[in-house]
Amino acid sequence: MECLKGKSAYAGMALGKIALLDEADYVIKRVKIDNPEYELGRIETAKKAAQAQLQALYDKAVKEVGEASAAIFEVHQMMLDDDDYNEAIENTIRTQMVNAEYAVATVGDNFSEVFASMDDDYMKARAADVKDISERLVKNLFGNADSNMNFNEPVIIVADDLSPSQTVQMDKDNILAFVTVHGSTNSHTAILARMMNIPAIVSVPADLDKLSNGMEAVVDGFTGMVYFEPTEEIREKAAAKINEEKEKQELLQTLKGKDNVTKSGKKINIYANIGSVSDIGYVLANDAGGIGLFRSEFLYIGKDELPSEEEQFTAYKQAAQMMAGKKVIIRTLDIGADKQADYLNLGKEDNPALGYRAIRICLTQPEIFKTQLRALYRAAVYGNISIMYPMIISADEVLQIKKISEEVKEELKKDEIPYKDVEEGIMIETPAAAMISDELAKLVDFFSIGTNDLTQYTLAIDRQNQKLDTFFNPHHEAILRFIKMVVDNAHKEGKWAGICGELGADPELTEQFVKMGVDELSVAPSMVLKLRKIIRDMD
Amino acid sequence: MKKFEYTIKDELGIHARPAGMLVKEAKKFSSKVTITKDGKSAEATKLMAIMALGVKKDQTIEVAVEGADEDAAYDAMQAFFSANL
Repeated sequence: MECLKGKSAYAGMALGKIALLDEADYVIKRVKIDNPEYELGRIETAKKAAQAQLQALYDKAVKEVGEASAAIFEVHQMMLDDDDYNEAIENTIRTQMVNAEYAVATVGDNFSEVFASMDDDYMKARAADVKDISERLVKNLFGNADSNMNFNEPVIIVADDLSPSQTVQMDKDNILAFVTVHGSTNSHTAILARMMNIPAIVSVPADLDKLSNGMEAVVDGFTGMVYFEPTEEIREKAAAKINEEKEKQELLQTLKGKDNVTKSGKKINIYANIGSVSDIGYVLANDAGGIGLFRSEFLYIGKDELPSEEEQFTAYKQAAQMMAGKKVIIRTLDIGADKQADYLNLGKEDNPALGYRAIRICLTQPEIFKTQLRALYRAAVYGNISIMYPMIISADEVLQIKKISEEVKEELKKDEIPYKDVEEGIMIETPAAAMISDELAKLVDFFSIGTNDLTQYTLAIDRQNQKLDTFFNPHHEAILRFIKMVVDNAHKEGKWAGICGELGADPELTEQFVKMGVDELSVAPSMVLKLRKIIRDMD
Repeated sequence: MKKFEYTIKDELGIHARPAGMLVKEAKKFSSKVTITKDGKSAEATKLMAIMALGVKKDQTIEVAVEGADEDAAYDAMQAFFSANL
């Protein structure tokens, strides 16, 4: 048995087999070689394997999503056979006498650069295709094909770290727990674990090379311990704890259909945060009063091009319909910083959290913004949608947004496409927005306080940096005062204010938030009933 | 050598899918098929080079065919463009 201590990102207990997730970016070293024919032979083998994989993907996609959507894999196959691409790889190997991996990676970068620099959005997006086929070749050269995100049985995911795009692709029905070597208690892994109500432990000093798929493990999210190849005693204890948790969960289920009301009659709305339409199952299962944060960026990441208006419309409409008249607050594109999409070519920044992201992208690339707004106003016809704008720092931004949304509605009216006016609010997640929330309250219908970013900007602490975890106090007085101030300013103008960051789900603060007069808490679906219990037990 | 001009009608221009089909079609012939736009040329058998021309809707390209089976290739190319682009 090997027993390692990490940091618990979400409590819970799991027992099962592990599945190792390979990191997508292998370290590609430039190695001098003396036998180019051997390297070319390796490329040939890798290419054959890639063609077969693409054919399989194509066949699978034709069955599942139809021929038009599957065509991308056919294009990838043709790109792999492209004469110029292959000659460039061969030349690199022969003239520079370098290894196949390095040659493919450099040629891939060069070719994708050509597309990325074209003045046509469609062609820019093709840069991702070239990258994709080059990565596939490199993976095959490393002797490691598709990192499989679909599991046949429930598994404990063990990885170096998880990227948002990896988590999007995962088969979520078969995951028991997450264990990562890196990542902080606030990382995407942690957020996903909360959503799915499964244990997650980060910062586990595991040596991934020594682990293998199918090895048994116990994950104890209460203590932050992971046991690989556990003893019989540990296994039994874990199994007992799993049963106990299950019973507690069943007890919480009896609170379904009840109000979030204190003994003295104070009420608060508890809504749920989701990343995609497929999460709505969790929302309904946990009896949330609505969706307080639909992170629309997950429609944008993990793919090759911008989602079309129709694609977005379908997703928003489905969410609105499934929630059947309950509030669905959709946050507009919040990409940048730690959430990236290759096709947007946002580039590397020295300071991404303070960089070109969220509403800043939308206001400078209004065509992207307008597509999303059109989809939202159209979908609003089918239910109770509200729109929320992220990363606001000034009243002027709100006025710019209003101008653009008016234009969008004018266009819809002109084209005789049905749409509906909705409640529109902003995220308060910068200290600037909190400070001027008195002014902002006059311009919008509601506030939702994004405590993750508000905390990171107020305390000047990067939430992904584990070294800073000891300095990080999520209950810092500055944050609590900001929240009080924002709530009071909203109420002065007759508007409502909620909290949608992780702090909203902190059971230690629930009582304080209710007393402050916070109108809504939007939390991971798994937390809805837990908070309801706390509130109902309050005086 | 035989040439013709063609103005692209497809909304996306010569995008990936038809470019791939064009490559397949051009490879059926021994003649060399060259696509030229604004002085830049690409061989019709080279997918990425064609895509990199960045031909958009309403732009006019020149298609040149040269080789032993150029008559057949010429007809096939004309048919291909009017059917697919």
